[in-house]
Amino acid sequence: MKTAISLPTLGAMGKTGTWRVFRPIIDVEKCIKCWRCWIFCPDGVISRDDYPTIDLEYCKGCGICAHECPVDAIKMEREKK
Amino acid sequence: MAIKDLPRDEYLLKGHAACPGCPITVALRIALKALGNKTILVIPACCSSVIQALYPKSGFNVPILNIAFEAAAAGASGVSAALKKLDKTDITPVVWAGDGGSYDIGIQALSGALERGTNFIYICYNNQMYSNTGIQRSGATPYGAWTTTTWTGKKEHQKELGEIVRAHHIPYVATATISYPEDLYAKVLKAKNMKGPRYIEIFAPCPPGWRFDMSKTIEMARLAVETGAWILYEEIDGQFAFTSYSKKILEGRDRKPIEEWLQLQGRFRHLTEDDMKKINSHLDEKWNQYKKS
Ligand SMILES: Cc1ncc(C[n+]2csc(CCOP(=O)(O)OP(=O)(O)O)c2C)c(N)n1
Ligand code: SF4
Ligand code: SF4
Ligand code: SF4
Repeated sequence: MKTAISLPTLGAMGKTGTWRVFRPIIDVEKCIKCWRCWIFCPDGVISRDDYPTIDLEYCKGCGICAHECPVDAIKMEREKK
Repeated sequence: MAIKDLPRDEYLLKGHAACPGCPITVALRIALKALGNKTILVIPACCSSVIQALYPKSGFNVPILNIAFEAAAAGASGVSAALKKLDKTDITPVVWAGDGGSYDIGIQALSGALERGTNFIYICYNNQMYSNTGIQRSGATPYGAWTTTTWTGKKEHQKELGEIVRAHHIPYVATATISYPEDLYAKVLKAKNMKGPRYIEIFAPCPPGWRFDMSKTIEMARLAVETGAWILYEEIDGQFAFTSYSKKILEGRDRKPIEEWLQLQGRFRHLTEDDMKKINSHLDEKWNQYKKS
């Protein structure tokens, strides 16, 4: 019997950024680098560069990062069609 | 350890299939930071099977044995035995299962594996229902909650699987949640560095299942702890202690009124005053018991 094996793939479900209705936008001037947005992002799309940067190809727009930011440095803006 | 000092390693790949705002993937990201890549996950049928995406692709960068709904702990026992035989004991077999697969259908496999002293970690993420199949009640669904099978509100209180597991007297038992990532990380790391059966339960608020806005997943977990609806504890070789915010409550800080947590969730929208009384007295009873012990 052959065993079915799936292999690790980036974007296994495709470019999940297309699911997004609201887009997170970070104001780096306000950011205090607490990295709460990074740890709480369910999609792991926030990277730890000098400041947090969001990979919009995969960000699903849940808004957790904006909701959990202690200094309101992230706002959610409606995607344009 | 502060949030910023948690490891940067990621074992969950971008573009997985979880709903936006999913608690499981937050929990999994943090747990895998502690477990590392020398891990084999054993996953029964649940949202976590779906989140991986479709064959032949996987959104997880660790090996997974997907197995039948009731069989996770039995499957992990096999993995554990094989790793021992192959002398690869640096690899940790870890069950990652929902509350349906743990409290209900998988409980006998779990109990058996614990009693046999199986060398593995069992992690149950508790979203208080069967979410993968469209929100049915489980043994972990709390009193009053709407699900598609308790559409006038559940009539029974949830059971406490942590207490059942503690009765097996295994080396490590802990509860955690995603709003306290340092606590969660520390507990998984502690478990990883021990041997024998280890059990961790992670409270996981689910936006579509509980009917709240997807940006509030973390807040919902935090409020559950602050209102005492979820308790953070750990038991190491029989030594039981509350941790993190729950410890502060035990030592005298006020518990927030449970209404603050309930009112944010559509699944509790229909509660009556009588329901509220039942919920409050159940909660008081639980806390009084812990305060005594
Ligand atoms: C024996 C058996 N019964 C029913 C099912 C259908 N089923 C698949 S997943 C699931 C619910 C899983 O619930 P839970 O373990 O709480 O995980 P969650 O979906 O919440 O992640 C059910 C009922 C099944 N796969 N096998
Ligand atoms: S909106 Fe959600 S998915 Fe996008 S970066 Fe923020 S937390 Fe991550
Ligand atoms: S949560 Fe806000 S302050 Fe903290 S790192 Fe993210 S953007 Fe910066
Ligand atoms: S139903 Fe809930 S637990 Fe399941 S994938 Fe969606 S958000 Fe996550």
